[in-house]
Amino acid sequence: MKPAPFSYEKPGSLDLAIKSLAQTGSEARLLGGGQTLGPMLNLRLATPARIVDLGSVDSLRRIERRGTTLTIGAGVTHATIEDRSDPTPTGRLLSYVASTIAFRAIRNRGTIGGSLAHADPAADWVTVMRLLDARISLAGPSGVRRVQAREFFKGAFSTDLRPDEIIETIDIDELSDEARWGYYKICRKVGEFPEATGAIVLDPARRMARVIAGALEGPPVPLPDLAVAVARDGIAAAALAAVKRALESAVSGLSAVDLQIHAVAVRRAISQAIAP
Amino acid sequence: MTSKSPSDKGIGARLPRKEDDRHLYGHGNFVGDIHMPGLQEVAFLRSPLAHARIKSVRFPDQYRGRIFTASDIETGIKPVRTPSGVPGMKFADYPALAVKKVRMVGEPIAMCVAPSRAEAEDLSELVVAELEELPAIVDAIEARRSGAPLVHEEFGDNLFLTTEVNTKFDEAAKDAPIVVKRELRLARQCMSPMEGKGSLGYWDRQAEQLVLYTSTQAPHIIRTALAEYLGIEEGVIRVIAPDVGGGFGGKSVLQPEELLIAWLALTRKQPVRWTEDRREHLIAAANAREHHYLMTAYADRRGRILALDAEITVNAGAYSAWPVSVALEALHAQSNLPGCYNIQGYRCRTFSVATNKAAVVPYRGVAKPGVGVAMELTLDAVAHAVGREPADVRLENLIPASAMPFNTITGGHYDSGDYPGCLRTAVNHIDLPAIRARQKAGETDGRLIGVGFSTYTETTALGTRVFVFLGWPFAPGLEQANLRITPDGGLEIRVGIQSHGQGSETTLSQVAYDVLGIDPARTKVVHGDTALTPYSTGTYDSRNMVMAGGAVALTARVLAERIRRIGAHLLQCRLEEAELQDGTVRGPRGQVSIREIASTSYYRPDQLPTDVDRGGLEATVGYKPKVDSGAIGCGAHAALVAVDPESGSVDILDYVIVEDCGTMVNPMIVEGQAYGGTAQGIGTALYEEMPYDAAGQPLASTLADYLLPGAPEMPPMRIVHMESPSPYTEYGIKGVGEAGTIGAPGAILGAINDALRPLGAEILETPATPRRVIDAIMRAKIRDAAA
Repeated sequence: MKPAPFSYEKPGSLDLAIKSLAQTGSEARLLGGGQTLGPMLNLRLATPARIVDLGSVDSLRRIERRGTTLTIGAGVTHATIEDRSDPTPTGRLLSYVASTIAFRAIRNRGTIGGSLAHADPAADWVTVMRLLDARISLAGPSGVRRVQAREFFKGAFSTDLRPDEIIETIDIDELSDEARWGYYKICRKVGEFPEATGAIVLDPARRMARVIAGALEGPPVPLPDLAVAVARDGIAAAALAAVKRALESAVSGLSAVDLQIHAVAVRRAISQAIAP
Repeated sequence: MTSKSPSDKGIGARLPRKEDDRHLYGHGNFVGDIHMPGLQEVAFLRSPLAHARIKSVRFPDQYRGRIFTASDIETGIKPVRTPSGVPGMKFADYPALAVKKVRMVGEPIAMCVAPSRAEAEDLSELVVAELEELPAIVDAIEARRSGAPLVHEEFGDNLFLTTEVNTKFDEAAKDAPIVVKRELRLARQCMSPMEGKGSLGYWDRQAEQLVLYTSTQAPHIIRTALAEYLGIEEGVIRVIAPDVGGGFGGKSVLQPEELLIAWLALTRKQPVRWTEDRREHLIAAANAREHHYLMTAYADRRGRILALDAEITVNAGAYSAWPVSVALEALHAQSNLPGCYNIQGYRCRTFSVATNKAAVVPYRGVAKPGVGVAMELTLDAVAHAVGREPADVRLENLIPASAMPFNTITGGHYDSGDYPGCLRTAVNHIDLPAIRARQKAGETDGRLIGVGFSTYTETTALGTRVFVFLGWPFAPGLEQANLRITPDGGLEIRVGIQSHGQGSETTLSQVAYDVLGIDPARTKVVHGDTALTPYSTGTYDSRNMVMAGGAVALTARVLAERIRRIGAHLLQCRLEEAELQDGTVRGPRGQVSIREIASTSYYRPDQLPTDVDRGGLEATVGYKPKVDSGAIGCGAHAALVAVDPESGSVDILDYVIVEDCGTMVNPMIVEGQAYGGTAQGIGTALYEEMPYDAAGQPLASTLADYLLPGAPEMPPMRIVHMESPSPYTEYGIKGVGEAGTIGAPGAILGAINDALRPLGAEILETPATPRRVIDAIMRAKIRDAAA
């Protein structure tokens, strides 16, 4: 389990990183925290000719708030998000989710941009950015374009990111102070990727009700009718049978056991939001 | 005559382990740590297919001398054909590099040498193996059927071995009012030591010897194997086990890679090393635990088992490992299935089946975890059939203490132990009545509570007879220890066993201290090096403490007597007046320390008695127990679990271990063994599984998929010690180490089934994953709806 040979570069700015990508094209891979690419290199599942390390691009590590938009740099680590003391519902949701990612050692290095670019269906940020319908900024040779999360995730390990683009920031429209959220993962072991994830946000002030099922075979799946029913009728709308029906109509090919596990995760997330 | 030490450092002391200092600070010396000028690294091209004919293996000519295939080792390495004395065994070569066929994913096809491991892996990608895929056979029951693809065509079938025993079965089973049948299976596992295998070979020009550093549990027998299969004399080989990061049985057998590294070092006369990475281990060393049981219990209305019928199928993999052979797993299962229970009639058929998987290797517990699951779940089913508390039904069946020593229905001999006492203790500590009351009340969170029990025997330090019967290439006999007192009164102990987590550097020092009174801090235990230690079959079967401990005791007593004689002379008193106590010889008019006696002995021979023993202060004595049919540890486990019927997850809420390993040398180490073994037992029960697809591909190739229990998965555990000394060993010591793996799976699965009983669901396989729990509940619902 040793990588195949590669050349390595650590540019000092985003522009230089973009230039480097443009030169090498698809034979280059970007290195964020290395928590996914590292093992892939070792297993030779990835054999890029060049690694472009974004570790010196400081501009990617800022977190800013402008108005009601929270902008998180792609290079911000999970640990940084976990450690933020932001008492707003958005802040608490992000901090809580970050704290459940793998182990602290991994969180010290792994980045939100890296997680989203890799788009493992079971990844926490994939589910949560879909839940919040975050806007993802992609910087390339011809400038910056923004893509909504619901368009960004195309499939398992597949996104709208082009080979010459780098995720620059993730913009989140902050929830109101009255918002409630729930996030529940079913994991075989502490720190492992989940078998099923349920996520919900209810924000009447912004007329928002979203229920997301994550850790499926592809991108996170919204359950909009269930969300509306829960917003209207509370926990009574989220009996296990009802959640199963909602899942079955949204996701094809689930075995009876898979359906059960995903339904339980969604239902328990809903319980968290409604009766914490 | 000999010293009676205070218990702070001798037998019974919770002496902190001497080994821990270097390991906690990362100052150990493992195969991967060794630096040597000119050392090159090896990577293997391993078969991507489970079953295929090799049409050709080609690589660019310029790499000749850096890439090796089967044709290169034809004359240098004799094919390993593991011997066996068991009647009916079929034999096949176990090649070091695949010849003509590959029979498992991960089988080595080519060996590649380069300055670094990364470059060696680059080389392996240049090797093109043209393989003609054959249908793979992975399931042992399927493999038994006629028409199944053959792993070894010359067998005519996929049966390495079948055995059958029948002792009074028909008469005992006749007219039994209760008949209970169960089919059970255990998943295939990887032993997952923290340090993988690894070997470093070089030619020592000064000693004119091949030296093989290898991560092994048994350096002397590896030396024997290398001599045999490389066709050279043992005197030309030195095997050194440096620090070894866990073995669990996987390192008690000859590895093909050991042979290859040794051959390479011998022929190139340049140092080469291979270390097993985690991926290799998961893919090519998934070699343990995969059993299938068909159990039929014949009982009376109280749940007393009158007779037991069992059909045991062992998924033995593609080859027969040296020296254990495929026979060990099945025969050990057959002999130990009744365990602590008194069965009047027994019939057992075993099938050791060839499949396209790694060769089965004994893993901590050796078949007893599997028979534990089969026996305990069958007993639970019998208890349910007669409407009695499962713990009471077990008590009905356990061999009583008054029956010890006990000759078992399978020809075994249990030396001592209070099996009912162990179980009663476990029942009391887990508080069974409170659990039953809690179950009636129900849980507010909707989870289901269940309790399960198991009893176990741990058959340690099995003696010569067993291995002669199995037809091993060697059998353990007298275990030797060499003790030498240094000129300044310290102690060196040289033993042929190999401590790789057992703490023997500490415990053997404690035994010596008990006799001689030399501080363990001034005692060095030398082990692992064939050049420095007496021959031994090594560390396996939890034999270190009984065998090496016994040998240390005997040898220490010989030295103690010599010391007393010299002391009496120096004190100018009669021998009867001199007593060795706490490292000092005391006489009526004075005392002299071992240190003074030693320096006199080495530096001032003029002061010694004229009839001083010619052996000096060094002695080697061999030992074996009075009766060497094994020192049989025992105990009971109790597990309290909460099952989430919606998610299928299982939480262990409480866990009681009652363990009896006879006289404990170091209770802290005994507890460590209990915790560690139980952790692996939890792995068997709830987490660990190597699944295969129909083409024989192992599907859990990283630790993201092969789940090992970690600290968060460990329940709070309480250990209760009981001590039934063995009548046959020194100090009544028994081995300990495997008990946890044997006791845990049956107790945990039993607890899950107890929790699921109201739903009519039952789990009969390991691991009891959430998916299997949900599936069992769903199937029970469907069955009830149809009824």
